[in-house]
Amino acid sequence: MFLNSGNTVLIVFMAVFVAPLIGGLLMGIDRILSARLQGRIGPPILQPFYDMMKLMSKKPISGTKIQIICVFVYLVSMILSLVLLMTGQDLLVMVLVLAMGSIFFILGGFSVKSPYSNIGAQREILQVLAYEPLIIFYVVAIYLKTGSFMTFKVFELKDPLLYSMPLFVVALIIIMVIKLRKSPFDLSTSHHAHQELVKGITTELSGRHLAVIELVHMYEMALLMVLAMLLFATNLWIGLALGLFCLFATIVIDNITARLTWSDMLRFAWKIGVPITALNLAVIYYFSIIKK
Amino acid sequence: MSSFDTSNIKSPWILHYDTGSCNGCDIEVLACLTPLYDVERFGILNVGNPRHADILVITGAANKRSARVLRNLYEQMPDPKMVVAVGICAVSGGVLHNCYNVLGGVDKVIPVDVYVPGCAARPEAIIDGIVLALQKIPEKRKLLKSREAKTA
Ligand code: SF4
Repeated sequence: MFLNSGNTVLIVFMAVFVAPLIGGLLMGIDRILSARLQGRIGPPILQPFYDMMKLMSKKPISGTKIQIICVFVYLVSMILSLVLLMTGQDLLVMVLVLAMGSIFFILGGFSVKSPYSNIGAQREILQVLAYEPLIIFYVVAIYLKTGSFMTFKVFELKDPLLYSMPLFVVALIIIMVIKLRKSPFDLSTSHHAHQELVKGITTELSGRHLAVIELVHMYEMALLMVLAMLLFATNLWIGLALGLFCLFATIVIDNITARLTWSDMLRFAWKIGVPITALNLAVIYYFSIIKK
Repeated sequence: MSSFDTSNIKSPWILHYDTGSCNGCDIEVLACLTPLYDVERFGILNVGNPRHADILVITGAANKRSARVLRNLYEQMPDPKMVVAVGICAVSGGVLHNCYNVLGGVDKVIPVDVYVPGCAARPEAIIDGIVLALQKIPEKRKLLKSREAKTA
């Protein structure tokens, strides 16, 4: 599916229109699972779409024009990074585009007067700081295995990446918990009905501008799934199962832990996440030298 | 338009504010979120931010201190918004009606759409009140539109 360059148009279409639908469904499943884990029944699976439609229908009262522009840039860069990933382009460029979107989101948070939004933006910087090294290591590990930063090279491998990078499953779960802002690291803004700093970085957004943020979450969900699928590119269904497993682990962690402070988050991501991935990188590097 | 109305009914986010209740009604509002009643089945979320809220649920009688905050919260909510007064205190002042600092029911300060009497109001009654408020949303949207057309 990813290899055929004649299919590029189809893949771009999938990335732009089908991916958010899948991401939204996953968000619905996430809410139902969370409710079940808490002994409740939970909302219908289409709830994220209802939420988004409702937000679109409301009259927005938003803080500043700059924040609104930033929110749209955030959306565009998220879509762009998903398209880059799915069409088999450069992984490093994908990571940079992703980071650019986060930076605009943070700038938007700083541009309003609300102190909740400002503190949320500061914490968002720390979240980015916590997961970014893990994503970079992931990309570097793929480079060591394939000899290229291009995503489509992954699909030319005979053995799936999972066999040589098993520890990156742990890294992916850590990335998911931080990137999806799940407990214990829902610091900058929170999911579901949790409250932290009122609503953190999204405090001043309302109506259709908040709907854009919801849409970004849908793309984000799809992006993380595709990232996980890369680990088992020889059979994408197993890759998808792997991604769903990571998501399930994230949801369980979300429900059994309480919120920690930002310093705990940094300590966790850098003292546990980084050494684990570095160890795996070292092993891959060692074997690649032996081969030569 | 109709799909907007259904999504409005399916996803009401609630902001709960206590203008000075005895906490009896507050506990009943929170009881709605527990596994026994589980209002998230209907997409109802308890949010802490007026900018994100659709329905303002108020418990307790309005007094001189809380009136300003209440008006502020109401004005920060995006249209179309609904107000539900929960408990007899919020409806008319209840047992506190002749206190020196009490203004009376919440409707002395902001317009109220649904009244849920009771001391304390039962969770079932609160859910009924919110459902009633949801049914009124399409009507309210039409009203807002016609008002906008008049001012424009
Ligand atoms: S109605 Fe009764 S329970 Fe509710 S706030 Fe008033 S006194 Fe308390």
